[in-house]
Amino acid sequence: MKKLDRHQIAARVARDIPDGAYVNLGIGLPTLVANHIPKDREVVLHSENGILGLGPKPAPGTEDEDLIDAGKAPATALPGAAYFHHADSFGMIRGGHIDICVLGAFQVAANGDIANWHTGEADAIPAVGGAMDLAAGAKQVFVTMEHLTKKGESKIVERCTYPLTGLRCVTRVYTDLAVIDVKSDGLHLVEIVAEGLSFEELQRLNGVPLKYRAAA
Amino acid sequence: MINKIFATPEAALADIPDGATVMIGGFGNAGMPAELIDCLIAQGARELTIVNNNAGNADAGLAALIGAGRVRKILCSFPRQTDSWHFDKLYRAGKLELELVPQGTLAERIRAAGAGIGAFFTPTAFGTRLAEGKETRQIDGRDYVLEYPIHADYALIKADRADRWGNLTYRKTARNFGPIMAAAASCTVAQVRETVDLGELDPERVVTPGIFVKRVVRLAAAGKTQRKAA
Repeated sequence: MKKLDRHQIAARVARDIPDGAYVNLGIGLPTLVANHIPKDREVVLHSENGILGLGPKPAPGTEDEDLIDAGKAPATALPGAAYFHHADSFGMIRGGHIDICVLGAFQVAANGDIANWHTGEADAIPAVGGAMDLAAGAKQVFVTMEHLTKKGESKIVERCTYPLTGLRCVTRVYTDLAVIDVKSDGLHLVEIVAEGLSFEELQRLNGVPLKYRAAA
Repeated sequence: MINKIFATPEAALADIPDGATVMIGGFGNAGMPAELIDCLIAQGARELTIVNNNAGNADAGLAALIGAGRVRKILCSFPRQTDSWHFDKLYRAGKLELELVPQGTLAERIRAAGAGIGAFFTPTAFGTRLAEGKETRQIDGRDYVLEYPIHADYALIKADRADRWGNLTYRKTARNFGPIMAAAASCTVAQVRETVDLGELDPERVVTPGIFVKRVVRLAAAGKTQRKAA
């Protein structure tokens, strides 16, 4: 079996982002999605620190300390961009104006619950940022993650054991093994992306039952 | 005549008492009023409650204020960072109280304070650990958590240009918490790169109207953080 790498997962997510979408990309793997959006699609990236129309990284030497992205890295603004304050920015998120957000996760449950902000360890210093707002507010919540933990346990679970970020909000999960939709009647396999992985093997690894209807 | 421009940051911050609640603008270094924070450290106020998105980075700015032991409590959304060692140490030692607030809820609680809202229902964090013990309500089939405004005695923010009435413009993503903190505090102090005559700021482009600002300090360095990169 050949699993997808981080860039391949990001490219697979990018295929599903339609022309004209307003999109928020989380920190880490989700940020890579921007590199793979097809050139013929106009997608407006939202960065929750206060910009719509986020552009690529600036060329070395042209960084502006007043222009950064949500990961606090130097950023650029595309022609057509807009700046706004934090309450407006999160109004866009909670108000259902963001079409898609892409988040990383520790776990996703079969009912669409997501856990991505806290490991649950008692002595961990908690930090949440905008994750709960994005989970609650974006029209569609895409999750990218490796399918299995280092111990080989599925991160797609019946019920999250880590502290929750949001309830019943995830719409689609992209892993290094498969693309899976979360629907009201459970998990639906969209596509196996790992080379040489059978449905039966994926089902065994995933733990939670997957529905699959081959394309007619 | 109205003239909100103060000659020095020391004069603008002189009356901040021990125990004050102080909002500090900025997201990362963008919009962080570094020189005002340095001045607050020198001023000596203690037992402060600080409202900021983070809990300081490396050894400068808010991190230095925390490191100097001046902060009793902090309200923020994302304290844990690779370089938040001053916060981490005091928090683990039980010497610094943390109220962790989701970022959008933090922004809206600040906005609500400035806008005279008594409380509001938000869907964010419903059913999570951060909503434990809070009042909830189902409205039109959706679940919400009741959240209260955050008022402050002072707000220290960084803007780009100001006039003597306190009208402010900002630069790019340095705007972040500036406008809402300015409205939420009883006394807002803005450090700016440039002060201009009345009428020079296009009223169409004023982002924070002067009614929300009590004091303005022009700092030559305010447009660019002169300190070493954190």
